[in-house]
Amino acid sequence: MEKKLGVFICWCGSNIASSVDVDKAAAEAAKLDGVVHAENYMYMCSDPGQQLVKDTITEKGLDGVVVACCSPRMHENTFRKAAGSVGLNSYLLEIANIREQCSWVHQNNKPLATAKAVSIIEGTLDKVKENLPLETITIDLTKRVCVVGGGIAGIMSALDLANAGYDVVIIEREPAIGGHMSQISQTFPYFHNVPELLKKKIDEVNAHPRIKVYVNSEVDVLDGYVGNFNVTIKTRPAFVDSAKCTACGKCLEVCPVKVDDEFNRGLSQRGAIFRYNQLETAKIPVLEQGDCLHFADSDSEDGGKCTACVDACPEDAIDLGTIRSLNEEFVGAIVMATGYDLYSPTNMPEYGAGKIPDVIDALAFERLLDPKGPTKGQVLRPSDGAVPKKVVFIQCVGSRDPERHKAYCSRACCMYTAKQARLYRQQVEEGTAYISYMDIRSDSKDFEEFVQKGMEEENLVYIRGRVAKVIEGDGCLQVFTSDTLSGRQVVIEADLVVLAMAMEPKAGIRELAKKMNVTIDGDAFLSETHIKLYPVESSTKGVYLAGCGQSPKDITDTVSQALATAGKIQTMFSNETLIADPLIAEVKDDVCSGCGICIEICPYGARLMNEFTRISDVNQAVCQGCGACIAACPNKACELINSTSRQFLRTIGDFASRSEAV
Amino acid sequence: MKYPYFPGCTLYTKAKKLDDAGRECSLKLGFELDELKDWTCCGATFPLVNDQHITMSGPTRILADTKDQGNDKLVTLCSVCFNVLKRTNNVMRTDEERRTKVTDFIERDYNGEVEVLHYLQVLRDEIGFDVLKEKVVKPLTGLKVACYYGCLLLRPVKEIGLDVMENPTIFEDFISALGAEPVEFPYKIECCGAFQAVHSMDIATRCSRDILNSAKNSAADLVITTCPLCQFNLDDRQPEIQKSDNRFAPIPVVYFTQMLALALDLPAADLGFERNLIDPLPLLKEKGLVS
Ligand SMILES: Cc1cc2nc3c(=O)[nH]c(=O)nc-3n(C[C@H](O)[C@H](O)[C@H](O)COP(=O)(O)OP(=O)(O)OC[C@H]3O[C@@H](n4cnc5c(N)ncnc54)[C@H](O)[C@@H]3O)c2cc1C
Ligand code: SF4
Ligand code: SF4
Ligand code: SF4
Ligand code: SF4
Repeated sequence: MEKKLGVFICWCGSNIASSVDVDKAAAEAAKLDGVVHAENYMYMCSDPGQQLVKDTITEKGLDGVVVACCSPRMHENTFRKAAGSVGLNSYLLEIANIREQCSWVHQNNKPLATAKAVSIIEGTLDKVKENLPLETITIDLTKRVCVVGGGIAGIMSALDLANAGYDVVIIEREPAIGGHMSQISQTFPYFHNVPELLKKKIDEVNAHPRIKVYVNSEVDVLDGYVGNFNVTIKTRPAFVDSAKCTACGKCLEVCPVKVDDEFNRGLSQRGAIFRYNQLETAKIPVLEQGDCLHFADSDSEDGGKCTACVDACPEDAIDLGTIRSLNEEFVGAIVMATGYDLYSPTNMPEYGAGKIPDVIDALAFERLLDPKGPTKGQVLRPSDGAVPKKVVFIQCVGSRDPERHKAYCSRACCMYTAKQARLYRQQVEEGTAYISYMDIRSDSKDFEEFVQKGMEEENLVYIRGRVAKVIEGDGCLQVFTSDTLSGRQVVIEADLVVLAMAMEPKAGIRELAKKMNVTIDGDAFLSETHIKLYPVESSTKGVYLAGCGQSPKDITDTVSQALATAGKIQTMFSNETLIADPLIAEVKDDVCSGCGICIEICPYGARLMNEFTRISDVNQAVCQGCGACIAACPNKACELINSTSRQFLRTIGDFASRSEAV
Repeated sequence: MKYPYFPGCTLYTKAKKLDDAGRECSLKLGFELDELKDWTCCGATFPLVNDQHITMSGPTRILADTKDQGNDKLVTLCSVCFNVLKRTNNVMRTDEERRTKVTDFIERDYNGEVEVLHYLQVLRDEIGFDVLKEKVVKPLTGLKVACYYGCLLLRPVKEIGLDVMENPTIFEDFISALGAEPVEFPYKIECCGAFQAVHSMDIATRCSRDILNSAKNSAADLVITTCPLCQFNLDDRQPEIQKSDNRFAPIPVVYFTQMLALALDLPAADLGFERNLIDPLPLLKEKGLVS
């Protein structure tokens, strides 16, 4: 049966009406096949305009409507709702865009613009004729969250969500949560004691009945889709039973292994069994299998023999036979809070890092400032343990250098360098702190004041320029730089050089991003959907971003973002089910050859080969209706519902047949 | 195998020993430097501004001649010639507008077809340092050598591409193949003062002093270079340095081809050491490398 179609042409004030003869357009439209009603009105989106549409649908019994107006991005929803309210299936209403695509671009040619508008209306009518009435898709929603990464970003979103009443699992790769914040001593701009702040939050996490933490763990496999994710978690063995261990420390004393302690950035050594960090929350020792002699190659002398820690433990808490475990968690949303690493200083051979012991990176300097760190909070240089009298802090190392390193600014370095230099000056009164900078970015609350105070009251010597190289001179380091404000070359003799290395995404992020089906940018930071309007949403529905994995930032911004993420997820959880648009791909079973090309091409991972039928299925909850598979399918087996190739070809045919008249 | 060769002006005069030794050694290593016909001066400077073209006409003519004489490579020994030719060639390859300007002016047809190579590159990439090592007759055992790169052999690194910018090793790899021990010294890629020697001697003196001190602090016996200008500054400035610092002990500065010749056992008498201001012969005798 032929549909009874109605056409409603909007003037958009003079936006459309000044270039398109709306009366003529309505008269022409009325003549088109199937049209039983056509009229125009000054503002169709206004209440009376909508009422007009609604009344006409009812009076004339319309079963297809075209509103010729602005872009569907503006008011498609408005008019579909209006149609729905009087019982017309909203997917039987379409917008013909005669403003952006017609009146605005043909302002001086009314006959042509009018003819083109009619053409657009005709094409849209032909689409409506074949549109099917559709219902929205409902998706189950599991109101649990998985947070990947237990840095401050992960901790803060987990706490917020748990306090809102949702179960949260945190997956942390390292033996303890806390991330880089646990390496930091005090923070700008108020010299807060970081271990204290952090301990409070970690205690809250550990005590929270709704939060479960998997340490030593990573995502093994991610299945499912928004509302219904299935995360398989791979956990490395802990070896030490935390229920039995009293943290007496006897095992630490007997372990014969000595390796650089990564947490202290190589400034101290540890055994194969060790305390991961200095926080109270990490008192139970951890055993690193890769370093332990018990697990060494059985051909080697030590292989399999050492059990010193087991023998020393009075509580029988160590079991070297523990094996890795796999767990599954079902969640509705995921937070990616994987954080950052520092770009390796060995990328800067001109600064001698790795070769010259007194050239260290900024995290190592944080360790020197920590009262529980390797030097008990004394700034001492690594080579001989002397108090450095002159320290050169170099900012932007590896950042803002598009030719050779990273093009971006690492954002936290200007501020933490000022902080480190001030802390150094407060400790070593007779010391001089030089800071090599490009510019100083202190653009947040109380930041500028913090830097100014350092310059004015603590005599930090800021030298604008980029350091060319650092070499070992006679009993000191020579830092070659230039003072671009006075235009002179400068050589500073220093005792210690601190490199504010660029932040880069955590190692392994590429593989993880692939697993989680989220996109990354050119620098491998996780991509948000829209930098302004959807800043914490990833490219995959239900997967959200927080912290330095998305871009470098300080703790203030990290926490704001983490809370925004938690808020977004709570909004999603405020419904009982999820609703998805039915305008998605569909597969013709009898045509699909099972070639799998659509599976490769789908950017959202919505296609899956059905193992029994060998036909590629569409996951309705995941498909975004982007159309990529339709274009890619060599057999023309996929179609977008209500945007089929046939509909498009008819529309194009309408244009082609009228183009001569135009 | 024959390599078309561009000696350049200095190698015909002041730096004859760089040239002689380079040619002799190549024969021992199984290739021949075939001097380009009718070559002219390369100009010795590459224009530093984008709208200066006239200085490129000389090197472009040399490159066009190379091509017209049926060659696709051109080898140089001098860092300055290498730098000027290589960078001009890059412009010919990549910048159509500047290329047409220059080639129209000199009325030649050239699009960067020739590959400009430094002698060290031939040794590394075409002969191979491992093969070189096998061909060494008299290893320079016990000699600690500071390999001084200077600027022009390396920079700008994107255009020259001989080695990495901050810590090149081609020169060290070369001298190791000869059996000597390269020393690591921080000033190996600092500028020697270059043409400043013409009007501000004191700048060249200061630059040379820092380089030589750095080499000596790393226990070097000898400095090697690929560049006549570096060799001149580093050698010639030493009496001046001594005037202001009486603890400064002189150190010989020689061309890399001279050391290559020594290792291939060419007669030391032919190597032109007598032209060095700081005579390397006592050191070489002490190390038993010449009799
Ligand atoms: C030297 C230095 C000093 C600083 N000082 C300050 C300061 O004074 N004030 C301030 O505001 N900011 C400071 N910052 C910045 C601060 O460190 C960061 O803003 C903050 O730590 C970011 O937290 P995050 O949770 O995003 O990342 P991270 O701290 O890096 O945490 C990420 C966590 O995720 C885990 N993880 C990563 N990948 C995986 C995976 N695949 N699976 C499971 N877990 C994973 C990691 O192990 C880690 O625990 C400083 C930074 C540096 C380098
Ligand atoms: S529906 Fe669009 S075109 Fe019509 S009046 Fe409203 S804004 Fe203007
Ligand atoms: S088994 Fe031996 S090497 Fe391994 S952690 Fe225990 S004491 Fe250390
Ligand atoms: S010896 Fe046993 S109880 Fe003591 S810290 Fe080690 S594992 Fe824990
Ligand atoms: S329309 Fe896009 S999202 Fe949907 S299945 Fe096809 S490629 Fe995937």
